[in-house]
Amino acid sequence: MTTDTLVRDPALTVPLSQMDVSDPQLFQNDTIGSYFARLRREDPVHYCPESAYGPYWSVTKFNDIMQVEVNHQTFSSEAKIGGIAIQDMQTGESALELEMFIAMDPPKHDAQRKAVSPAVAPSNLVLLEPIIRERAGLILDSLPIGEEIDWVDRVSVELTTMTLATLFDFPWEERRRLTRWSDVATATPETGVVSSWEQRREELLECAYYFKDLWDKRINEPPKSDLISMMAHSPATRDMPFLEFLGNLMLLIVGGNDTTRNSISGGVLALNQNPAEYRKLMANPGLIPKMIPEIIRWQTPLTHMRRTALMDADIGGKKIRKGDKVVMWYLSGNRDDEVIDRPNEFIIDRPNSRHHLSFGFGVHRCMGNRVAELQLRIIWEEILKRFSKVEVVGAPERTLSNFIRGFTHLPVKLHAH
Amino acid sequence: MPTVTFIEPDGAEYPIAVKSGTTARDAAVNNGVPGIDGDCGGECACATCHVHVDAAWIARTGMAEPGGMEANLLQFAEGSTENSRLACQITMTDDLDGLTLRIPDGQH
Repeated sequence: MTTDTLVRDPALTVPLSQMDVSDPQLFQNDTIGSYFARLRREDPVHYCPESAYGPYWSVTKFNDIMQVEVNHQTFSSEAKIGGIAIQDMQTGESALELEMFIAMDPPKHDAQRKAVSPAVAPSNLVLLEPIIRERAGLILDSLPIGEEIDWVDRVSVELTTMTLATLFDFPWEERRRLTRWSDVATATPETGVVSSWEQRREELLECAYYFKDLWDKRINEPPKSDLISMMAHSPATRDMPFLEFLGNLMLLIVGGNDTTRNSISGGVLALNQNPAEYRKLMANPGLIPKMIPEIIRWQTPLTHMRRTALMDADIGGKKIRKGDKVVMWYLSGNRDDEVIDRPNEFIIDRPNSRHHLSFGFGVHRCMGNRVAELQLRIIWEEILKRFSKVEVVGAPERTLSNFIRGFTHLPVKLHAH
Repeated sequence: MPTVTFIEPDGAEYPIAVKSGTTARDAAVNNGVPGIDGDCGGECACATCHVHVDAAWIARTGMAEPGGMEANLLQFAEGSTENSRLACQITMTDDLDGLTLRIPDGQH
Protein backbone atom coordinates (compact mmCIF):
# COMPACT_ATOMS: atom_id res chain seq x y z
CA MET A 1 0.00 0.00 0.00
CA THR A 2 1.44 3.41 -0.91
CA THR A 3 1.39 6.40 1.42
CA ASP A 4 -1.17 7.92 -0.89
CA THR A 5 -3.75 5.17 -0.47
CA LEU A 6 -3.05 5.07 3.26
CA VAL A 7 -3.95 8.71 3.52
CA ARG A 8 -7.12 8.23 1.56
CA ASP A 9 -8.33 5.12 3.36
CA PRO A 10 -11.34 6.44 5.25
CA ALA A 11 -11.00 3.65 7.82
CA LEU A 12 -7.78 5.31 8.94
CA THR A 13 -8.58 8.96 8.40
CA VAL A 14 -12.15 9.46 9.60
CA PRO A 15 -12.12 11.08 13.05
CA LEU A 16 -13.06 8.50 15.70
CA SER A 17 -15.88 10.73 16.86
CA GLN A 18 -17.48 10.38 13.44
CA MET A 19 -16.76 6.73 12.82
CA ASP A 20 -19.96 4.77 12.11
CA VAL A 21 -19.39 1.07 11.47
CA SER A 22 -23.09 0.35 10.93
CA ASP A 23 -23.15 1.33 7.24
CA PRO A 24 -24.29 -1.86 5.40
CA GLN A 25 -22.14 -0.91 2.38
CA LEU A 26 -18.98 -1.49 4.40
CA PHE A 27 -20.07 -5.09 4.84
CA GLN A 28 -21.19 -5.56 1.28
CA ASN A 29 -17.86 -4.33 -0.13
CA ASP A 30 -16.00 -6.14 2.66
CA THR A 31 -14.00 -3.12 3.80
CA ILE A 32 -15.35 -3.22 7.34
CA GLY A 33 -12.32 -5.13 8.67
CA SER A 34 -9.98 -2.13 8.71
CA TYR A 35 -12.54 -0.04 10.57
CA PHE A 36 -12.81 -2.67 13.28
CA ALA A 37 -9.02 -3.07 13.38
CA ARG A 38 -8.69 0.63 14.09
CA LEU A 39 -11.34 0.57 16.79
CA ARG A 40 -9.67 -2.39 18.51
CA ARG A 41 -6.39 -0.42 18.49
CA GLU A 42 -7.57 3.06 19.33
CA ASP A 43 -11.00 2.92 20.96
CA PRO A 44 -12.18 -0.62 21.62
CA VAL A 45 -15.43 0.43 23.28
CA HIS A 46 -16.54 3.16 20.93
CA TYR A 47 -19.48 5.53 21.08
CA CYS A 48 -21.13 6.58 17.85
CA PRO A 49 -23.40 9.55 18.66
CA GLU A 50 -25.30 9.56 15.38
CA SER A 51 -26.22 6.87 12.89
CA ALA A 52 -29.14 5.61 10.86
CA TYR A 53 -29.98 3.54 13.95
CA GLY A 54 -29.47 6.30 16.51
CA PRO A 55 -26.56 6.45 18.96
CA TYR A 56 -24.85 3.17 19.87
CA TRP A 57 -21.80 1.69 21.51
CA SER A 58 -19.51 -0.66 19.58
CA VAL A 59 -17.79 -3.35 21.66
CA THR A 60 -14.97 -4.67 19.50
CA LYS A 61 -12.63 -6.79 21.67
CA PHE A 62 -13.20 -10.48 22.40
CA ASN A 63 -13.02 -10.25 26.21
CA ASP A 64 -15.19 -7.14 26.45
CA ILE A 65 -17.81 -8.87 24.29
CA MET A 66 -17.67 -11.90 26.59
CA GLN A 67 -18.30 -9.64 29.57
CA VAL A 68 -21.49 -8.31 27.97
CA GLU A 69 -22.57 -11.79 26.85
CA VAL A 70 -22.57 -13.29 30.34
CA ASN A 71 -24.29 -10.35 32.02
CA HIS A 72 -27.88 -10.67 30.86
CA GLN A 73 -29.05 -9.04 34.10
CA THR A 74 -27.54 -5.75 32.92
CA PHE A 75 -27.61 -6.16 29.14
CA SER A 76 -31.09 -7.00 27.96
CA SER A 77 -32.23 -8.68 24.75
CA GLU A 78 -35.87 -7.70 25.26
CA ALA A 79 -37.66 -6.83 22.02
CA LYS A 80 -39.80 -4.11 23.53
CA ILE A 81 -36.75 -1.98 24.33
CA GLY A 82 -34.97 -2.69 21.05
CA GLY A 83 -34.13 -6.35 20.75
CA ILE A 84 -31.03 -8.03 19.47
CA ALA A 85 -29.91 -6.12 16.37
CA ILE A 86 -28.58 -2.62 15.86
CA GLN A 87 -31.80 -1.81 14.06
CA ASP A 88 -34.51 -1.64 16.70
CA MET A 89 -37.24 -4.19 16.31
CA GLN A 90 -40.03 -2.67 14.26
CA THR A 91 -42.79 -1.05 16.21
CA GLY A 92 -45.82 0.83 15.04
CA GLU A 93 -48.73 0.13 12.76
CA SER A 94 -47.08 -1.37 9.70
CA ALA A 95 -44.89 -3.56 11.85
CA LEU A 96 -45.48 -7.09 12.90
CA GLU A 97 -44.45 -7.21 16.51
CA LEU A 98 -42.82 -10.58 16.51
CA GLU A 99 -41.89 -12.11 19.80
CA MET A 100 -39.14 -14.65 19.89
CA PHE A 101 -37.08 -16.07 22.70
CA ILE A 102 -33.79 -14.72 21.36
CA ALA A 103 -35.30 -11.30 22.11
CA MET A 104 -36.54 -12.11 25.59
CA ASP A 105 -34.80 -12.11 28.95
CA PRO A 106 -34.99 -14.90 31.52
CA PRO A 107 -37.21 -16.38 32.84
CA LYS A 108 -39.56 -16.35 29.82
CA HIS A 109 -36.63 -16.93 27.48
CA ASP A 110 -35.58 -20.00 29.44
CA ALA A 111 -38.94 -21.76 29.33
CA GLN A 112 -39.36 -21.31 25.58
CA ARG A 113 -35.82 -22.22 24.71
CA LYS A 114 -36.04 -25.38 26.79
CA ALA A 115 -39.17 -26.40 24.91
CA VAL A 116 -37.58 -26.37 21.46
CA SER A 117 -33.95 -27.10 22.12
CA PRO A 118 -34.30 -30.93 22.22
CA ALA A 119 -34.99 -30.84 18.45
CA VAL A 120 -31.41 -29.74 17.87
CA ALA A 121 -29.78 -31.56 20.78
CA PRO A 122 -27.03 -34.12 20.10
CA SER A 123 -29.24 -37.20 20.49
CA ASN A 124 -31.69 -35.96 17.87
CA LEU A 125 -28.86 -35.00 15.54
CA VAL A 126 -27.54 -38.55 15.58
CA LEU A 127 -30.85 -39.51 13.96
CA LEU A 128 -30.65 -36.64 11.48
CA GLU A 129 -27.09 -37.24 10.32
CA PRO A 130 -27.78 -40.02 7.78
CA ILE A 131 -30.69 -38.04 6.29
CA ILE A 132 -28.61 -34.88 5.91
CA ARG A 133 -25.74 -36.90 4.44
CA GLU A 134 -27.94 -38.57 1.88
CA ARG A 135 -29.44 -35.26 0.82
CA ALA A 136 -26.06 -33.53 0.69
CA GLY A 137 -24.87 -36.34 -1.58
CA LEU A 138 -27.86 -35.93 -3.89
CA ILE A 139 -27.27 -32.18 -4.16
CA LEU A 140 -23.60 -32.65 -5.03
CA ASP A 141 -24.30 -35.49 -7.47
CA SER A 142 -26.69 -33.25 -9.39
CA LEU A 143 -24.01 -30.64 -10.13
CA PRO A 144 -22.24 -30.43 -13.52
CA ILE A 145 -18.46 -30.80 -13.66
CA GLY A 146 -16.45 -28.03 -15.33
CA GLU A 147 -19.31 -25.58 -15.82
CA GLU A 148 -19.78 -22.33 -13.99
CA ILE A 149 -22.53 -22.59 -11.36
CA ASP A 150 -23.69 -20.47 -8.45
CA TRP A 151 -22.56 -22.27 -5.29
CA VAL A 152 -24.85 -20.15 -3.11
CA ASP A 153 -28.04 -21.19 -4.84
CA ARG A 154 -27.14 -24.71 -5.88
CA VAL A 155 -25.52 -25.93 -2.66
CA SER A 156 -25.53 -23.56 0.32
CA VAL A 157 -29.17 -22.53 0.13
CA GLU A 158 -30.34 -25.94 -1.00
CA LEU A 159 -28.66 -27.89 1.80
CA THR A 160 -29.67 -25.57 4.64
CA THR A 161 -33.22 -25.37 3.32
CA MET A 162 -33.45 -29.15 3.14
CA THR A 163 -32.17 -29.47 6.69
CA LEU A 164 -34.65 -26.93 7.94
CA ALA A 165 -37.49 -28.67 6.14
CA THR A 166 -36.38 -31.88 7.84
CA LEU A 167 -36.29 -30.25 11.28
CA PHE A 168 -39.81 -28.88 10.78
CA ASP A 169 -41.03 -31.93 8.86
CA PHE A 170 -42.11 -29.30 6.33
CA PRO A 171 -43.88 -30.30 3.07
CA TRP A 172 -40.89 -31.26 0.96
CA GLU A 173 -41.83 -29.86 -2.44
CA GLU A 174 -42.59 -26.47 -0.96
CA ARG A 175 -39.39 -26.11 1.02
CA ARG A 176 -38.09 -23.09 -0.91
CA ARG A 177 -40.84 -21.12 0.77
CA LEU A 178 -38.66 -21.40 3.87
CA THR A 179 -35.78 -19.73 2.04
CA ARG A 180 -38.03 -16.91 0.92
CA TRP A 181 -39.49 -16.35 4.39
CA SER A 182 -36.00 -16.35 5.87
CA ASP A 183 -34.88 -13.68 3.40
CA VAL A 184 -38.02 -11.63 4.01
CA ALA A 185 -37.67 -11.81 7.78
CA THR A 186 -34.29 -10.08 7.77
CA ALA A 187 -35.10 -7.74 4.89
CA THR A 188 -35.79 -4.04 4.98
CA PRO A 189 -37.24 -2.22 1.95
CA GLU A 190 -33.76 -0.81 1.13
CA THR A 191 -32.39 -4.29 0.43
CA GLY A 192 -34.75 -4.86 -2.49
CA VAL A 193 -35.92 -8.23 -1.15
CA VAL A 194 -39.26 -6.62 -0.32
CA SER A 195 -40.52 -3.33 -1.69
CA SER A 196 -42.23 -2.10 1.47
CA TRP A 197 -42.79 -2.89 5.14
CA GLU A 198 -46.38 -3.76 4.20
CA GLN A 199 -45.19 -6.39 1.73
CA ARG A 200 -42.91 -7.85 4.39
CA ARG A 201 -45.80 -7.95 6.82
CA GLU A 202 -48.05 -9.72 4.31
CA GLU A 203 -45.49 -12.36 3.42
CA LEU A 204 -44.71 -13.07 7.05
CA LEU A 205 -48.39 -13.43 7.83
CA GLU A 206 -48.68 -15.88 4.97
CA CYS A 207 -45.83 -17.80 6.59
CA ALA A 208 -47.61 -17.69 9.92
CA TYR A 209 -50.85 -19.09 8.54
CA TYR A 210 -48.99 -21.80 6.67
CA PHE A 211 -47.34 -22.89 9.89
CA LYS A 212 -50.56 -22.52 11.84
CA ASP A 213 -52.04 -25.19 9.58
CA LEU A 214 -49.09 -27.46 10.26
CA TRP A 215 -49.41 -26.77 13.97
CA ASP A 216 -53.13 -27.60 13.96
CA LYS A 217 -52.40 -30.91 12.27
CA ARG A 218 -49.52 -31.86 14.56
CA ILE A 219 -51.32 -30.97 17.77
CA ASN A 220 -53.92 -33.61 16.91
CA GLU A 221 -51.28 -36.22 16.18
CA PRO A 222 -49.07 -38.04 18.69
CA PRO A 223 -45.92 -36.03 19.61
CA LYS A 224 -42.98 -36.38 17.18
CA SER A 225 -39.43 -35.08 17.24
CA ASP A 226 -39.91 -32.23 14.75
CA LEU A 227 -39.91 -28.63 15.96
CA ILE A 228 -43.57 -27.90 15.18
CA SER A 229 -44.77 -30.97 16.99
CA MET A 230 -42.53 -30.15 19.96
CA MET A 231 -43.87 -26.61 20.19
CA ALA A 232 -47.46 -27.78 19.78
CA HIS A 233 -47.16 -30.35 22.56
CA SER A 234 -44.84 -28.70 25.10
CA PRO A 235 -46.59 -27.05 28.09
CA ALA A 236 -44.11 -24.13 27.78
CA THR A 237 -45.11 -23.32 24.21
CA ARG A 238 -48.46 -24.87 23.33
CA ASP A 239 -50.53 -21.87 24.50
CA MET A 240 -48.24 -19.37 22.83
CA PRO A 241 -49.93 -16.25 21.43
CA PHE A 242 -50.00 -16.17 17.64
CA LEU A 243 -47.31 -13.49 17.15
CA GLU A 244 -45.05 -15.25 19.57
CA PHE A 245 -45.52 -18.48 17.64
CA LEU A 246 -44.67 -16.65 14.43
CA GLY A 247 -41.69 -14.93 16.06
CA ASN A 248 -40.18 -18.15 17.32
CA LEU A 249 -40.72 -19.77 13.94
CA MET A 250 -38.95 -16.90 12.21
CA LEU A 251 -36.13 -17.25 14.70
CA LEU A 252 -35.71 -20.92 13.87
CA ILE A 253 -36.05 -20.29 10.13
CA VAL A 254 -33.56 -17.43 10.00
CA GLY A 255 -31.29 -19.10 12.51
CA GLY A 256 -31.28 -22.27 10.47
CA ASN A 257 -31.00 -20.68 7.06
CA ASP A 258 -29.11 -17.46 6.81
CA THR A 259 -26.22 -18.49 8.98
CA THR A 260 -25.03 -21.94 7.96
CA ARG A 261 -25.80 -21.08 4.34
CA ASN A 262 -23.16 -18.37 4.45
CA SER A 263 -20.61 -20.45 6.31
CA ILE A 264 -20.92 -23.10 3.59
CA SER A 265 -20.19 -20.47 0.93
CA GLY A 266 -17.59 -18.71 3.08
CA GLY A 267 -15.60 -21.91 3.53
CA VAL A 268 -15.32 -22.42 -0.23
CA LEU A 269 -14.09 -18.85 -0.67
CA ALA A 270 -11.64 -19.06 2.24
CA LEU A 271 -10.07 -22.26 0.92
CA ASN A 272 -9.71 -20.71 -2.53
CA GLN A 273 -8.07 -17.63 -1.07
CA ASN A 274 -5.71 -19.84 0.92
CA PRO A 275 -4.55 -22.52 -1.52
CA ALA A 276 -1.99 -23.96 0.88
CA GLU A 277 -4.82 -24.67 3.34
CA TYR A 278 -6.89 -26.26 0.57
CA ARG A 279 -3.95 -28.55 -0.25
CA LYS A 280 -3.56 -29.39 3.44
CA LEU A 281 -7.23 -30.37 3.53
CA MET A 282 -7.04 -32.54 0.40
CA ALA A 283 -3.99 -34.30 1.81
CA ASN A 284 -5.73 -34.94 5.11
CA PRO A 285 -9.56 -35.02 5.13
CA GLY A 286 -9.33 -35.93 8.82
CA LEU A 287 -8.82 -32.21 9.45
CA ILE A 288 -12.46 -31.45 8.56
CA PRO A 289 -13.80 -31.49 12.14
CA LYS A 290 -11.09 -29.02 13.18
CA MET A 291 -11.64 -26.87 10.09
CA ILE A 292 -15.37 -26.37 10.68
CA PRO A 293 -15.09 -24.06 13.71
CA GLU A 294 -12.35 -22.15 11.88
CA ILE A 295 -14.72 -21.60 8.94
CA ILE A 296 -17.41 -20.43 11.34
CA ARG A 297 -14.99 -18.01 13.01
CA TRP A 298 -13.66 -16.82 9.67
CA GLN A 299 -17.09 -16.21 8.21
CA THR A 300 -18.84 -14.95 11.37
CA PRO A 301 -22.23 -15.20 9.60
CA LEU A 302 -23.89 -12.89 12.12
CA THR A 303 -21.75 -9.78 12.47
CA HIS A 304 -23.21 -8.73 15.78
CA MET A 305 -25.77 -9.02 18.50
CA ARG A 306 -27.12 -6.00 20.30
CA ARG A 307 -28.15 -5.47 23.91
CA THR A 308 -29.76 -2.60 25.78
CA ALA A 309 -28.35 -1.54 29.15
CA LEU A 310 -30.91 -1.87 31.95
CA MET A 311 -28.63 0.04 34.34
CA ASP A 312 -25.40 2.01 34.26
CA ALA A 313 -22.41 -0.21 33.63
CA ASP A 314 -18.72 -0.18 32.82
CA ILE A 315 -17.25 -1.90 29.77
CA GLY A 316 -13.53 -1.59 29.13
CA GLY A 317 -13.38 1.59 31.22
CA LYS A 318 -16.25 3.32 29.42
CA LYS A 319 -19.37 4.45 31.24
CA ILE A 320 -22.45 2.90 29.67
CA ARG A 321 -25.69 4.56 30.72
CA LYS A 322 -29.00 2.93 31.41
CA GLY A 323 -30.94 2.73 28.12
CA ASP A 324 -27.84 2.78 25.89
CA LYS A 325 -27.66 0.53 22.84
CA VAL A 326 -24.65 -1.80 23.03
CA VAL A 327 -23.51 -3.62 19.90
CA MET A 328 -21.20 -6.62 20.31
CA TRP A 329 -19.34 -6.94 17.03
CA TYR A 330 -18.55 -10.66 16.81
CA LEU A 331 -16.84 -10.08 13.49
CA SER A 332 -14.37 -7.81 15.23
CA GLY A 333 -13.90 -9.94 18.35
CA ASN A 334 -13.14 -12.90 16.10
CA ARG A 335 -10.15 -10.93 14.73
CA ASP A 336 -8.81 -9.85 18.14
CA ASP A 337 -5.14 -10.83 18.38
CA GLU A 338 -5.19 -10.56 22.15
CA VAL A 339 -7.23 -13.76 22.27
CA ILE A 340 -6.79 -15.37 18.85
CA ASP A 341 -3.31 -16.05 17.55
CA ARG A 342 -2.75 -14.75 13.99
CA PRO A 343 -6.46 -13.90 13.72
CA ASN A 344 -6.26 -12.65 10.15
CA GLU A 345 -5.08 -15.99 8.88
CA PHE A 346 -7.38 -18.84 7.91
CA ILE A 347 -5.74 -21.94 9.44
CA ILE A 348 -7.72 -25.15 9.07
CA ASP A 349 -5.83 -26.99 11.81
CA ARG A 350 -5.78 -24.06 14.22
CA PRO A 351 -5.33 -25.25 17.81
CA ASN A 352 -8.26 -24.21 19.99
CA SER A 353 -10.34 -23.33 16.94
CA ARG A 354 -13.60 -23.73 18.88
CA HIS A 355 -12.82 -20.62 20.92
CA HIS A 356 -14.67 -18.08 18.75
CA LEU A 357 -17.61 -15.73 19.19
CA SER A 358 -19.77 -16.65 16.21
CA PHE A 359 -22.30 -18.60 18.31
CA GLY A 360 -22.33 -16.04 21.10
CA PHE A 361 -22.05 -17.02 24.75
CA GLY A 362 -24.24 -17.01 27.82
CA VAL A 363 -27.90 -17.96 27.92
CA HIS A 364 -28.50 -16.76 24.34
CA ARG A 365 -25.73 -18.87 22.83
CA CYS A 366 -26.81 -20.27 19.48
CA MET A 367 -29.17 -23.18 20.07
CA GLY A 368 -28.52 -24.65 16.61
CA ASN A 369 -24.72 -24.62 16.84
CA ARG A 370 -24.50 -28.39 16.56
CA VAL A 371 -26.77 -28.57 13.51
CA ALA A 372 -24.63 -25.92 11.89
CA GLU A 373 -21.43 -27.84 12.57
CA LEU A 374 -23.04 -31.09 11.49
CA GLN A 375 -24.12 -29.71 8.11
CA LEU A 376 -20.74 -28.15 7.46
CA ARG A 377 -18.90 -31.32 8.38
CA ILE A 378 -21.12 -33.49 6.20
CA ILE A 379 -21.00 -31.21 3.17
CA TRP A 380 -17.20 -31.03 3.30
CA GLU A 381 -16.86 -34.79 3.75
CA GLU A 382 -19.11 -35.34 0.75
CA ILE A 383 -17.36 -32.63 -1.32
CA LEU A 384 -13.98 -34.24 -0.73
CA LYS A 385 -15.28 -37.64 -1.81
CA ARG A 386 -16.40 -36.20 -5.14
CA PHE A 387 -14.31 -33.23 -6.21
CA SER A 388 -10.61 -32.48 -6.36
CA LYS A 389 -11.49 -28.80 -6.21
CA VAL A 390 -14.38 -26.41 -5.89
CA GLU A 391 -12.79 -23.53 -7.77
CA VAL A 392 -14.05 -19.99 -7.32
CA VAL A 393 -14.09 -18.52 -10.84
CA GLY A 394 -15.43 -15.02 -10.31
CA ALA A 395 -15.95 -12.30 -7.76
CA PRO A 396 -18.34 -13.20 -4.94
CA GLU A 397 -21.31 -10.92 -4.33
CA ARG A 398 -21.95 -10.13 -0.71
CA THR A 399 -25.15 -9.41 1.19
CA LEU A 400 -26.07 -5.76 1.78
CA SER A 401 -26.51 -6.00 5.54
CA ASN A 402 -24.78 -5.01 8.75
CA PHE A 403 -26.26 -8.07 10.48
CA ILE A 404 -26.04 -11.01 8.10
CA ARG A 405 -22.53 -11.49 6.73
CA GLY A 406 -23.16 -13.50 3.66
CA PHE A 407 -23.11 -14.07 -0.04
CA THR A 408 -25.78 -13.70 -2.68
CA HIS A 409 -23.65 -15.20 -5.43
CA LEU A 410 -20.47 -17.28 -5.60
CA PRO A 411 -19.50 -18.53 -9.07
CA VAL A 412 -17.57 -21.80 -8.97
CA LYS A 413 -16.42 -24.58 -11.25
CA LEU A 414 -16.15 -28.15 -10.02
CA HIS A 415 -13.19 -30.40 -10.79
CA ALA A 416 -13.60 -34.16 -10.66
CA HIS A 417 -10.98 -36.34 -8.97
CA MET B 1 -1.54 -34.03 42.81
CA PRO B 2 -5.26 -34.86 42.92
CA THR B 3 -6.60 -37.20 40.28
CA VAL B 4 -9.86 -36.74 38.39
CA THR B 5 -11.26 -39.61 36.33
CA PHE B 6 -13.49 -38.93 33.34
CA ILE B 7 -15.73 -41.77 32.21
CA GLU B 8 -16.90 -41.72 28.60
CA PRO B 9 -20.41 -42.85 27.62
CA ASP B 10 -18.85 -46.10 26.33
CA GLY B 11 -17.21 -46.73 29.69
CA ALA B 12 -13.65 -45.73 28.74
CA GLU B 13 -11.85 -44.14 31.68
CA TYR B 14 -9.39 -41.25 31.60
CA PRO B 15 -7.66 -40.77 34.97
CA ILE B 16 -5.77 -37.48 35.03
CA ALA B 17 -3.53 -36.16 37.77
CA VAL B 18 -3.41 -32.37 37.90
CA LYS B 19 -2.01 -29.64 40.07
CA SER B 20 -4.32 -28.39 42.78
CA GLY B 21 -6.16 -25.33 41.51
CA THR B 22 -6.65 -26.70 38.00
CA THR B 23 -10.25 -26.89 36.86
CA ALA B 24 -11.68 -30.23 35.72
CA ARG B 25 -12.40 -28.56 32.36
CA ASP B 26 -8.73 -27.69 31.87
CA ALA B 27 -7.71 -31.16 33.01
CA ALA B 28 -9.88 -32.65 30.28
CA VAL B 29 -9.14 -30.19 27.47
CA ASN B 30 -5.38 -30.09 28.07
CA ASN B 31 -5.21 -33.87 28.06
CA GLY B 32 -7.41 -34.49 25.05
CA VAL B 33 -10.31 -36.16 26.84
CA PRO B 34 -12.97 -36.63 24.14
CA GLY B 35 -16.38 -35.10 24.73
CA ILE B 36 -15.33 -32.01 26.68
CA ASP B 37 -15.20 -29.07 24.27
CA GLY B 38 -15.00 -26.14 26.65
CA ASP B 39 -15.69 -23.68 23.83
CA CYS B 40 -15.80 -20.53 25.96
CA GLY B 41 -12.37 -21.11 27.43
CA GLY B 42 -13.55 -21.93 30.94
CA GLU B 43 -15.59 -18.78 31.58
CA CYS B 44 -18.86 -20.47 32.53
CA ALA B 45 -20.44 -19.13 29.37
CA CYS B 46 -21.33 -22.04 27.07
CA ALA B 47 -22.08 -25.39 28.78
CA THR B 48 -19.89 -27.47 26.46
CA CYS B 49 -18.03 -28.98 29.44
CA HIS B 50 -21.14 -30.54 30.96
CA VAL B 51 -20.41 -33.52 33.25
CA HIS B 52 -22.36 -35.68 35.66
CA VAL B 53 -20.71 -35.83 39.05
CA ASP B 54 -20.64 -39.34 40.45
CA ALA B 55 -23.24 -39.57 43.23
CA ALA B 56 -20.60 -40.39 45.81
CA TRP B 57 -18.87 -37.07 45.13
CA ILE B 58 -21.66 -34.56 44.70
CA ALA B 59 -21.61 -33.56 48.38
CA ARG B 60 -17.96 -32.59 48.08
CA THR B 61 -18.11 -30.80 44.71
CA GLY B 62 -21.42 -29.19 45.57
CA MET B 63 -24.25 -28.63 43.10
CA ALA B 64 -24.56 -25.74 40.69
CA GLU B 65 -25.88 -22.79 42.64
CA PRO B 66 -29.56 -22.28 41.79
CA GLY B 67 -30.13 -19.10 39.80
CA GLY B 68 -26.43 -18.67 39.05
CA MET B 69 -24.92 -18.63 35.56
CA GLU B 70 -23.86 -22.27 35.75
CA ALA B 71 -27.41 -23.42 36.54
CA ASN B 72 -28.77 -21.01 33.92
CA LEU B 73 -26.66 -22.70 31.27
CA LEU B 74 -27.14 -26.25 32.50
CA GLN B 75 -30.90 -25.99 32.16
CA PHE B 76 -30.46 -26.03 28.35
CA ALA B 77 -27.94 -28.87 28.28
CA GLU B 78 -29.28 -32.18 27.07
CA GLY B 79 -29.81 -34.73 29.81
CA SER B 80 -28.84 -32.45 32.66
CA THR B 81 -29.73 -33.69 36.14
CA GLU B 82 -29.21 -32.35 39.62
CA ASN B 83 -25.77 -33.95 39.59
CA SER B 84 -24.83 -31.97 36.48
CA ARG B 85 -22.01 -29.48 36.69
CA LEU B 86 -19.87 -27.53 34.28
CA ALA B 87 -16.37 -28.92 34.58
CA CYS B 88 -14.94 -25.40 34.38
CA GLN B 89 -16.62 -24.67 37.70
CA ILE B 90 -14.99 -27.58 39.54
CA THR B 91 -11.55 -26.72 40.83
CA MET B 92 -9.42 -29.69 41.77
CA THR B 93 -8.02 -29.82 45.30
CA ASP B 94 -6.54 -32.61 47.40
CA ASP B 95 -9.97 -32.97 48.95
CA LEU B 96 -11.32 -33.98 45.53
CA ASP B 97 -8.57 -36.54 44.84
CA GLY B 98 -10.30 -39.52 43.18
CA LEU B 99 -13.23 -37.50 41.80
CA THR B 100 -15.22 -39.29 39.09
CA LEU B 101 -17.01 -37.32 36.36
CA ARG B 102 -19.20 -38.91 33.72
CA ILE B 103 -19.27 -37.39 30.25
CA PRO B 104 -22.70 -37.17 28.61
CA ASP B 105 -23.45 -38.58 25.13
CA GLY B 106 -23.04 -35.17 23.57
CA GLN B 107 -22.47 -31.51 24.41
CA HIS B 108 -25.10 -29.12 23.13
